[in-house]
Amino acid sequence: MNAETELTGKARYSAGVLKYAQMGYWDGDYEPKDTDIIALFRITPQDGVDEIEAAAAVAGESSTATWTVVWTDRLTACDKYRAKAYRVDPVPNSPGEFFAYIAYDLDLFEGGSIANLTASIIGNVFGFKPLKALRLEDMRLPVAYVKTFQGPATGIVVERERLNVYGRPLLGATVKPKLGLSGRNYGRVVYEALQGGLDFTKDDENINSQPFMHWRDRFLYCMEAVNRASAATGEVKGTYLNITAATMEDMYERAEFAKSLGSVIVMIDLVIGYTAIQSMAKWARANDMILHLHRAGHSTYTRQRSHGVSFRVIAKWMRLAGVDHLHAGTVVGKLEGDPATTKGYYDIFREEYNPMALENGIFFDQDWASLNKMMPVASGGIHAGQMHQLIHYLGEDVVLQFGGGTIGHPDGIAAGATANRVALESMVFARNAGRDIWNEGPDILRAAAKSCSPLERALETWKDVSFNYTSTDAPDFAPTPEVAM
Amino acid sequence: MRLRQGQFSFLPDLTDDQIREQAQYAIDNGWAVSVEYTDDPHPRNSYWDMWCRPMFDNPDAAALVFEVNECRKEHGGKYIRVIAFDSSHGWESIRMSFIVNRPADEPGFRLVRQEVDGRSIRYTIESYAVREPEGRRYA
Repeated sequence: MNAETELTGKARYSAGVLKYAQMGYWDGDYEPKDTDIIALFRITPQDGVDEIEAAAAVAGESSTATWTVVWTDRLTACDKYRAKAYRVDPVPNSPGEFFAYIAYDLDLFEGGSIANLTASIIGNVFGFKPLKALRLEDMRLPVAYVKTFQGPATGIVVERERLNVYGRPLLGATVKPKLGLSGRNYGRVVYEALQGGLDFTKDDENINSQPFMHWRDRFLYCMEAVNRASAATGEVKGTYLNITAATMEDMYERAEFAKSLGSVIVMIDLVIGYTAIQSMAKWARANDMILHLHRAGHSTYTRQRSHGVSFRVIAKWMRLAGVDHLHAGTVVGKLEGDPATTKGYYDIFREEYNPMALENGIFFDQDWASLNKMMPVASGGIHAGQMHQLIHYLGEDVVLQFGGGTIGHPDGIAAGATANRVALESMVFARNAGRDIWNEGPDILRAAAKSCSPLERALETWKDVSFNYTSTDAPDFAPTPEVAM
Repeated sequence: MRLRQGQFSFLPDLTDDQIREQAQYAIDNGWAVSVEYTDDPHPRNSYWDMWCRPMFDNPDAAALVFEVNECRKEHGGKYIRVIAFDSSHGWESIRMSFIVNRPADEPGFRLVRQEVDGRSIRYTIESYAVREPEGRRYA
């Protein structure tokens, strides 16, 4: 019997085991509805497993199926609730791997719940034996579903209005060393960096409340530093106070304390989980707070191309969930980030509409239905000498975070901050004035350094530092010439 | 102290020609440029006084530079900034903002600490200049 033929009536519901395709989880003629959620999986079937049956199995296991026929299906509108694999394409240049398109009816999901969405789409199916590996590459989220989510608590536009910063990337730095500083010493780093010219400083992902610095001490000293720096410069300043903790009760307590001290921003880690993230996004919306999300842990499942969840999917979920800031790669720094793939992430964060762009790993048109935009954060091994490349790749609506590139400056933290700010302003200025910053960037920086000795020292110190390694997560489709970024 | 608000406050003061170049960039992007001034530079003072309405239909940045200089004649002792406004859907806010005129002396900001419960402090930032009534600040 042809594995692709769906059985009906008695033949379909006799007790026993059938192929998933026979159970109705494959329909090569299916035309997805505008209201369907579509998931694109990269599947690697076990040897001897047909790719269509493998795709149908994924559709089944991520919707209504179990391993055997159950008669209780007939108590439901089961045709509607079955996810339908409707297209399977071989992955270019990757024998044994296939892209499987699967459509899910909107009624399979609870509105406004990432936990519910993920429990279906990545719930059981990733351990399924007939597959060697499985990766969720992209999702199409229908407008009807997008509208059930709050979206970013603040959004790029209102964040800029609150900070009174327009027309240039924001500048930040993560306090280093990431562990061990006392509250008083930690606040010193914050003060120096902010009064030297940064907009933000940041707690690292694993700064919570340890023996060397309990959280209230950190918050109190940091806010002294923020306000001193604000008075010294006449600017709004912020520091991402990490409120990540063991329980929601602890996180709310820390968030409330940050608010009472006048912080403009708090921070959480991805490892707190989707429900906790949505709770904090709701709290942030209710309390005029910018919400920064550090993607701690994501590389455990986003980095390898054969198995896991692509970061572009995580980015979509986080825009729905409602965070304002999320790390998204630097292209030029020390962490994973192919330029074309990274452009795809940035578009998901910042655009109102994403057209399909296979060369950037975006498989579907996606309408964001006026959900706020998320501010991407570029962090990890970047320095002032790369400013032209950073602006070229990442644009203007981004937080550029120079941790080592600020605190490691030979003349001190404030000098490091000033070097970065002068490099940034001179590069934006030159771009606006019509200069070709990609080619003239180094000259523009050298010229700016003539009247800024901290920038001169920075360029000298880090002149040859770059991280050129082969990316593990590049797109499967070659870029078309006009989209080279 | 040097007020660091705006896109280019870490660079040397802009010449009129540089102001024109930057404003032309805004105009070429379809943004409306305008001129605002204040003698209250608090970082959360959103509403500086408008010197003129945003130039929605002006193709030439020379007109903006003209207005900057007219504004300087009357308010040269104050802060003056150029704003570029983008009316496109999903933004509908400011795209650029840079200072083009400063008072000769910038006294800066006073940080007031009100010690409250526990070790908490309520912070207030106040420009030294605003201790004088409007119009009598900055000389």
